[in-house]
Amino acid sequence: MSDSYENDGKAHEQYITEVLAQYPEKFAKRRKKHLSVAKAADVEPDAPVGEEGPLLTECEVKSNIKSIPGVMTIRGCAYAGSKGVVWGPVKDMVHISHGPVGCGQYSWSQRRNYYVGTTGIDAFGTMQITSDFQEKDIVFGGDKKLDKVIDEIEVMFPLNGGMSVQSECPIGLIGDDIEAVSRRKGKEIGKTIVPVRCEGFRGVSQSLGHHIANDAIRDWVLDKSAEAEWEAGPYDVNIVGDYNIGGDAWASRRLLEEMGLRICGNWSGDATLAEMERAPKAKLNLIHCYRSMNYICRHMEEKYGIPWMEYNFFGPSQIAASLRKIAKHFGPEIEAKAEEVIAKYKPLVDSILEKYGPRLKGKKVMLYVGGLRPRHVMTAYEDLGMEIAGTGYEFAHNDDYQRTGHYAKPGTLIYDDVTGYELEKFVEKIRPDLVGSGIKEKYPVQKMGIPFRQMHSWDYSGPYHGYDGFAIFARDMDLAINNPVWDLFDAPWTDGGELLAAAE
Amino acid sequence: MPQSAEKILDHGPLFREPEYQEMFARKKACDGAASIDATALQSEYTKGWDYREKNFSREALVINPAKACQPLGAVFAAAGFEKTMSFVHGSQGCAAYFRSHLSRHFKEPCTAVSSSMTEDAAVFGGLNNMIDGLANCYSLYQPKMIAVSTTCMAEVIGDDLFGFIGNAKQKGSVPEDFDVPFAHTPSFVGSHIDGYDNAIRGILEHFWKENPAVAGSSETINIVPGFDGFCVGNNRELSRMLDLMGVSYKLIGDAADQFDTPSDGEYRMYDGGTTIDDLKAAKGAKATLALQHWNSRKTLEYAASVNQETASFHYPLGVKATDELLMKISALSGKTIPEALRLERGRLVDAMADSQAYLHGKRYAIFGDPDFVQAMARFILETGGEPVHCLSTNGGKEWAEDMQALFDSSPFGKDCKAYAHKDLWHMRSLLFTEPVDFLIGNSHGKYLERDTKTPLIRLTFPIFDRHHHHRFPVIGYQGGLRVLTTILDKLFDKLDAETNIAGETDISFDLTR
Repeated sequence: MSDSYENDGKAHEQYITEVLAQYPEKFAKRRKKHLSVAKAADVEPDAPVGEEGPLLTECEVKSNIKSIPGVMTIRGCAYAGSKGVVWGPVKDMVHISHGPVGCGQYSWSQRRNYYVGTTGIDAFGTMQITSDFQEKDIVFGGDKKLDKVIDEIEVMFPLNGGMSVQSECPIGLIGDDIEAVSRRKGKEIGKTIVPVRCEGFRGVSQSLGHHIANDAIRDWVLDKSAEAEWEAGPYDVNIVGDYNIGGDAWASRRLLEEMGLRICGNWSGDATLAEMERAPKAKLNLIHCYRSMNYICRHMEEKYGIPWMEYNFFGPSQIAASLRKIAKHFGPEIEAKAEEVIAKYKPLVDSILEKYGPRLKGKKVMLYVGGLRPRHVMTAYEDLGMEIAGTGYEFAHNDDYQRTGHYAKPGTLIYDDVTGYELEKFVEKIRPDLVGSGIKEKYPVQKMGIPFRQMHSWDYSGPYHGYDGFAIFARDMDLAINNPVWDLFDAPWTDGGELLAAAE
Repeated sequence: MPQSAEKILDHGPLFREPEYQEMFARKKACDGAASIDATALQSEYTKGWDYREKNFSREALVINPAKACQPLGAVFAAAGFEKTMSFVHGSQGCAAYFRSHLSRHFKEPCTAVSSSMTEDAAVFGGLNNMIDGLANCYSLYQPKMIAVSTTCMAEVIGDDLFGFIGNAKQKGSVPEDFDVPFAHTPSFVGSHIDGYDNAIRGILEHFWKENPAVAGSSETINIVPGFDGFCVGNNRELSRMLDLMGVSYKLIGDAADQFDTPSDGEYRMYDGGTTIDDLKAAKGAKATLALQHWNSRKTLEYAASVNQETASFHYPLGVKATDELLMKISALSGKTIPEALRLERGRLVDAMADSQAYLHGKRYAIFGDPDFVQAMARFILETGGEPVHCLSTNGGKEWAEDMQALFDSSPFGKDCKAYAHKDLWHMRSLLFTEPVDFLIGNSHGKYLERDTKTPLIRLTFPIFDRHHHHRFPVIGYQGGLRVLTTILDKLFDKLDAETNIAGETDISFDLTR
């Protein structure tokens, strides 16, 4: 664990004032509510510690509100939240990008949800399957086309385990009835066809797409769980909200299996429809990405009485804490095994910290990601002795910022739905040693001479979950920060004194 | 335990370790998906003629298309103008997708703002989003011009850009005389190349409509490059050739610098591009040429309507295509083609002659935008190769006819066929049933390479999984050399790979080839 540190909250407040000055008055007012500096939490010293550990700071800002037009929000849309995040990884289903060609084209293979399977035969993850709407489909409606698309999928991909219809913007605007088509065709071909109303204009970000996708699982998948073939066992769990980016879910699954649990299903990285259908037979739902899948956990708790538990598999401190927390739920036998697992990996953890700690100690990081990462990865950095100067979420809700208070140190700059302008200015002023964000942010930051890692796709690396993943995570942060290229920016015949000082 | 601090295994080798392989097997045993036998059977079946026939009788389903949607082209087009911000009117996710898509190819920043329309805008229209959006974009990003395009949401609800922009100006979002050209770019019509065309035409109309300049009053030739993922290398190469000729020319939209900014500590949100003054003056040009015909039909139609001479090409790649471009420009400008270019031409031909034994009779499949496929097929014919399967998802009937005429012009085109409006799943059947030596296209072709083992040569947008190719030209004689070398590298690597087992296949592992 890193020594306790504090950020320069005063300076950060000043930066907020400075960026707001650039907006028209009306919008400066609106953006102000999304920007803040973490304040030390006002907790009684002997107050009971909650499940998440002690509250360190208060990080609350306004969130989950419409983005302001014209500011270059980094957010995506509901389709991205449903097809791109929740549904896309279910590998034996064909996910139809229903509407014009673009949405499916831009999201094609971009989230790196790894899976085992023969693509185009029994798995369909890295494919772009679309109804490719033309003008006549807009004018006359697309239901007939969808009907035909489903038939043709059955001919081309007879081993598909089912289909989902991922609605793009026009579907909801032209009044198509994809539910009726899905129901009728599903009956006809004897397979599950899930209509998802994730048109991109719905909601304010990807977040509503997650929710809609969760609701579609509830309404179109879990209703078949009674017939699911699965002999329930006492240690059955579902991993929920792990999309197996770069193999994350596999690095996690290994640890859970090693401590004696059985994975009923993993949602939704490397998942099959059957694995999702049998989820209600599990004893516990373990949720990693709270933001994108808490809805279905709450539903399963209400309807099937399955408790759920948040956990964090980034970095050794959180992994150990999570393994113990999970084990506690199952009693002494599993708890003992969890301790064995932690002990087994301790030498690996120690050698990683020994190798990379000195190279990374004290390095400042700024994060801007989605889902769970703006808080979940903080301790992984701190395990390596690094410090988090700022963090923010693309599409968080209030409960995410509350949870962030268990991670962020006082003075941390907090930015919700940050705009391109704000992020650029914050990075310029703080000049951290590393920025972790997405592809759109990567190149502007690197041009400034600041190392960068994509923290959505793991920058084509990964896994970052679990102990196996932590080794890769540490290596990646080191190779980003300590590459010699950052020292080559200044031509020796120009005066680059200022920049050199900053890079040291 | 496979992982160690001394030798950290990446996802590739890590998941091939027995711990993971055994875990995959345990999972597979109860995952409810198709059995291993059924998968193997179906896998074989998809390689045959029967499956191909079913594949080609698809009418509604599109699988792995090689095209994107209109506004992507508009965002690319806007990047070619001085300090211009792209403004995408409609749902905000689209702008995020366009930016990501272009950044992944160029490995460069890509900016665009969105008017972030949501449910209420779907009901009441996006006028307020336009008013607020232009105001914010103007004050935060201080552009010289804002180029507006639309997503399908705005198109379906029928937002009127002309009216909205006028309205926003009245409300003071941007100054009255600030340039806000626009183009309607519905995603459900055409593809990204039409979005490019509409955007360029929109920008020209904006600057030329009320402009009194008379076509032909200047000696300048306008050149519209088209949607081009190799714009960085190509536009510079084109300029170099025209400078050698001493021609007065202006590129209408030049994204070379915008997508190739240096790393020196400063992030340049805007760099390079056609200036607004040049755009205005461009109306007086003698002629407007389009390097990519299918990308520029509406733009050329408009240029012709203001009495400019027009001509178009199909991506001047290879010997004859470059000859034609230079001769046309020479004829229009009255400038002779200098000896230096004749020598360059000779060097390309020399290189082709040196390698002809390896290239003669090789069979290729080519896919991509219609002009690229046309250009590539023509160059392959020049090398004595056969462009057997030429496929363009966004190529139409006229394109297919043009392609047939091209095939008919060469004995090497005898067994070649053009496939318009077909996708990469069609291509998969073609490659299995009528195999070829090489596949030429973009990164999406890697799935075809995996399935059919046809080596992929990446020569067109988007290239996500190889770096920096776009920084080098593929047009002109110099570009031809690069294309030739890229093809030959793949060819020789393949030849070596097939002959490199010591004592078994290495009889023909020749040192000199």
